[in-house]
Amino acid sequence: MRNVQTEREEMSGAAQYSDERAREIIAAHMGLEGPAMPILHALQKEFGYVPDAAVKEMAEALNISRAEMHGVVTFYHDFHRAPHGRHTLKICRAESCQSMGAERQARAFLDKLKLDWGGTTPDGALSVEAVYCLGLCAHSPSALYDGEPIGRVDAEMLDEIAAEARD
Amino acid sequence: MVKLYIPLDMAAVAMGADRLAAAVAQEAAARGETVEIVRNGSRGMLWLEPLIEVETPAGRVGYGPAKVKDVASLFDAGFLAGGAHLLNIGIVDEHPWMKKQNRVTFVRCGVIDPLSVPEYEAHEGFKGLTRAFEIGPQAVVEEVTKSGLRGRGGAGFPTGIKWKTVADCPPGQKYVVVNADEGDSGTFADRMIMEGDPLSLIEGMLICGYAVGASKGYIYLRSEYPIVAKVFQAAIEKALEAGWLGKNIRGSGFDFDVELRIGAGAYVCGEETSLLESLEGKRGIVRAKPPLPAHVGLFGKPTVINNVLSMATIPMIMEKGAKHYADLGVGRSRGTMPLQIAGNVKYGGLFETDFGIPLGTVVNEIGGGTRSGRPVRAVQVGGPLGAYVPVSLFDLPIDYEAFAAKDSLIGHGGLVVFDDTVDMAWMARFGMEFCAIESCGKCTPCRLGSTRGVETIDKIRNGMDVDANIELLKDLCHTMKFGSLCALGGFAPYPVESALRHFPEDFRKPALEAAE
Repeated sequence: MRNVQTEREEMSGAAQYSDERAREIIAAHMGLEGPAMPILHALQKEFGYVPDAAVKEMAEALNISRAEMHGVVTFYHDFHRAPHGRHTLKICRAESCQSMGAERQARAFLDKLKLDWGGTTPDGALSVEAVYCLGLCAHSPSALYDGEPIGRVDAEMLDEIAAEARD
Repeated sequence: MVKLYIPLDMAAVAMGADRLAAAVAQEAAARGETVEIVRNGSRGMLWLEPLIEVETPAGRVGYGPAKVKDVASLFDAGFLAGGAHLLNIGIVDEHPWMKKQNRVTFVRCGVIDPLSVPEYEAHEGFKGLTRAFEIGPQAVVEEVTKSGLRGRGGAGFPTGIKWKTVADCPPGQKYVVVNADEGDSGTFADRMIMEGDPLSLIEGMLICGYAVGASKGYIYLRSEYPIVAKVFQAAIEKALEAGWLGKNIRGSGFDFDVELRIGAGAYVCGEETSLLESLEGKRGIVRAKPPLPAHVGLFGKPTVINNVLSMATIPMIMEKGAKHYADLGVGRSRGTMPLQIAGNVKYGGLFETDFGIPLGTVVNEIGGGTRSGRPVRAVQVGGPLGAYVPVSLFDLPIDYEAFAAKDSLIGHGGLVVFDDTVDMAWMARFGMEFCAIESCGKCTPCRLGSTRGVETIDKIRNGMDVDANIELLKDLCHTMKFGSLCALGGFAPYPVESALRHFPEDFRKPALEAAE
């Protein structure tokens, strides 16, 4: 059974985007060496995704072109360019989890939700992403739900998560 | 007051350790028992997680795998005094799985409170650094070289040579970078040490910084490990408070700061030059070598970049001396290897042992065979870029050179076990697909080759021109192996070629359904 008391990551996407808030976040990190990644994480934590307007602010602050900044944001799987689901379920599809039937199980779950990898349910409740290893390989198949690790995931647990996310 | 240990390790938490700890505290309060619950790292017997340990005069008695529903019966059975219970595994240190190991890097993991500097010190912590301060930087580099320690990240490059190169660069800004982007499927040793004994990694970085003349260290941690991030950040703060980080550390005149940085889901950032680019705030694109990071590394400065396990082993080498470590192991593979036993396996976990143990012993005797109970068919050793090893090669010893001689690799020491239901042509296809998803895109063999590889394997699986397409696939593998810039494209062919070599029948099944 799932571990309901684990501290979850804060719900993302709570804050409305404003250039001013983005500039504050950027400024708070400018003392770091190579601040781009920490800024991107902070922006996504605040707004739930990295809006184009924030990319423009970053490019200006870091004194690089918008094209270059765009390249950075889009390179990394973790950063979203558009609002994401209120909850995120990352299902591992790496080899260890596949050895325990994860691929078929995930496929069936996605088909049931009528989603593909990276998709979000139409009500905006749940995004389902593929992840390549969570380091829980002795408890395959594994998943991460809003930052909470789950080992030995089965179809029933996935259904429970989908139902809970839509509550 | 009874002392209990319940791991904070991510695998234990994934199996309910947080909920268990809360339930134990609640039940103890209800029964008027005073208990202290220490959240430790995992002992590595992951099939027993969550494992509760109770400190008794005879030693620490283990109960696992414990669920919330077992809590009342554990109290009824007098587990606080080590009482008999179905889940009682006896004294943890006497457990056969623990007894068979030689724990060097993981000697403290699961034993101590990971966030207690005094406990770390009481378990030989910071003795290596203290000795380093006594013998001086040059002697430290010599000692590391003599120990024969090789990079545990996968490539197995001698650590001492890296350090010497950076130490020999003219004084000025230099960096120590730890690669904690442990992305290989079947591996979790870096995660476990950072959760279970984070101060050993900090001490290793301090010794390295002192030896090469660097004052700043970065840890690049993958975002898939949220618990590590919390534990490690707390460990940095504890070390700072205790005066083991910062300015003039313990009156040595040596300054050193450590900063934790989080990646963003790019597997290729485990490649050292790509990691450096990412730390600098750029796309994680691989750099051509030379120049080596040791000469032109982070922000263009001389940089030591080591894997978590290599760095966490340094304190022990400094404390006990190079010879102690070099006396372990076989051939040119000196010391111990923390093996990670994973996948479809009965007893999964972390098993640290001297190099030289046969693969079959690890899988069948230590791992207990498959979890499904079906026969073992293949073991992928060394992550998604490692070869699939068939049962016929189970006498192969865990040794860098022995594996290389069979076109295989040990990599980061992860073993993923598959039973006889595995479709090796599908796994080969997945290997190429993974490479296509994660390729940084800089070099053509990797960027395009991986996609062409997926297409070609699809044709083979669909029974189209099988002979010609297998030849084409082999040729493609050759091109990727020798034409790619880094290990992603260069090693992605290993799982594919090994599947073709050892399991050719899987590529010649009657036409299969296209992509499952």
